[in-house]
Amino acid sequence: MSLAGEVRLVAGKDLRIEARSRVTLAQVLPFGGIVLLLFAFALDPDRGRLAAVAPGLFWVAVLLAALLAIGRSFAIEQQNGARDGLRLSGIDGAAVFLGKTIAVAAQLLLLEVVLGFGVAVLYGVDVTSVVVLVVAGVAATAGLAATGTLFGVLAAGLRTRETLLPLLLLPVITPVMLGATRAFESGLGGEPAEAWPWIALLGAFAVLYLSVGVLAFGPLWEDS
Amino acid sequence: MSHHDARETRLLGPRVSTGIGWGALVALVLLGLFGLWGAPPDEVQGDAQRLMYVHVPTAWLAYLAFFVTAIASALYLWPRTRARVWDRLAGVSAELGVIFTGLTLVLGSIWGRAVWGVWWAWDARLVTTAVLFFLYLGYLALRRTSGDPSVGAKRNAIAALIAFIDVPIVHFSVEWWRTLHQQATVFNPRLSAEISGVMAWTLWLSVLAFTLLYVFLLDRRYRLAALEDDLDDRELDRAIAARVADAQPAGMASS
Repeated sequence: MSLAGEVRLVAGKDLRIEARSRVTLAQVLPFGGIVLLLFAFALDPDRGRLAAVAPGLFWVAVLLAALLAIGRSFAIEQQNGARDGLRLSGIDGAAVFLGKTIAVAAQLLLLEVVLGFGVAVLYGVDVTSVVVLVVAGVAATAGLAATGTLFGVLAAGLRTRETLLPLLLLPVITPVMLGATRAFESGLGGEPAEAWPWIALLGAFAVLYLSVGVLAFGPLWEDS
Repeated sequence: MSHHDARETRLLGPRVSTGIGWGALVALVLLGLFGLWGAPPDEVQGDAQRLMYVHVPTAWLAYLAFFVTAIASALYLWPRTRARVWDRLAGVSAELGVIFTGLTLVLGSIWGRAVWGVWWAWDARLVTTAVLFFLYLGYLALRRTSGDPSVGAKRNAIAALIAFIDVPIVHFSVEWWRTLHQQATVFNPRLSAEISGVMAWTLWLSVLAFTLLYVFLLDRRYRLAALEDDLDDRELDRAIAARVADAQPAGMASS
């Protein structure tokens, strides 16, 4: 089978499990929603402060929800010997990596759309460029899903994986947090043209970690 | 068994190690004398500038230690050079790197308080160093989570390389975000024009003293890690031997 076919199989499997178990929809998404509410409690909502920092709050909420989605992506392999089954299937490690990354990215994009509407409604922001928001969102999600999947397999099977994953992942994705927040500031009330250098950074980050994942996932996956 | 190989339980010979330890001690004492009394106080910053003689070398060592970790991890991953020595070296160097990064942050903070009036500023180099600290704390946490040693070593090596390639991206993005720090002084080509003779000499002495200290600590920590591994192996061997002896009928064991 071709690489693309294998990638589609793995991504389809993960998304089918999600469609049937509804963990992202029923647990991760509401979690992101309550985080948006909590920010309003932490920062006074009456003085326009929320609208000013909305891009940063949005990405912090996405990041926290992403940790749950990534943990879930490897938790489903723990049960019923699923991981051994997938390893024995002869599917290439790179295909497993790309498939799982696509499945995580698809869930994150859905999450971002819903949380984006939440931010727009709850915090009262002005959208100056939808194109900037969409392109920056896709580039940041690709980087986030790639690094998340890479560290997900690194921590998979370890006793302390739930606490280890955030500690490993969050420092590595500081450039994504920075770039995505700055790009969103430009797209939400700022000057859209200023977003493009940051989007280029997000794109470069995504390409780099997708390449690292394609190379390194195989050996990690076989030993996990 | 590879762990009985003498070359793998020590980095340096005992005499070389002791020599470097004494060298580090002498250099540190000299540094204390020059740093506190020999070098003149700074024209603008006064005595607070003397913190440079500990802040700069700890920062240099943090980067050196993480560089050693990255090289050792790459050597472990390369099949031809794969050996336990590289995994162990990567781990002990990262430990020292985290300690020196922490010291750099604390000393920098004290210096900042004296010169800028604040404990912390959201400056590019400060933020990068703080991220670096957490990046390698995560790596050490991963190392501590035990598992099959050979599997763990490969995983650790890959994690170390990912952390290493992330550092320039973090640095670049943070620097883009904000830039107000003074330019690096030591590695500046116009060094002589910027700091005076005795001050420059003291700074170089501090780098030498701390580098010797790093090599000494690296060797001792490596030796300790090797002995710990050896202890684990021997205890297991002894337990198996004891169990085998128990299973034999009485009298046979003494004959």
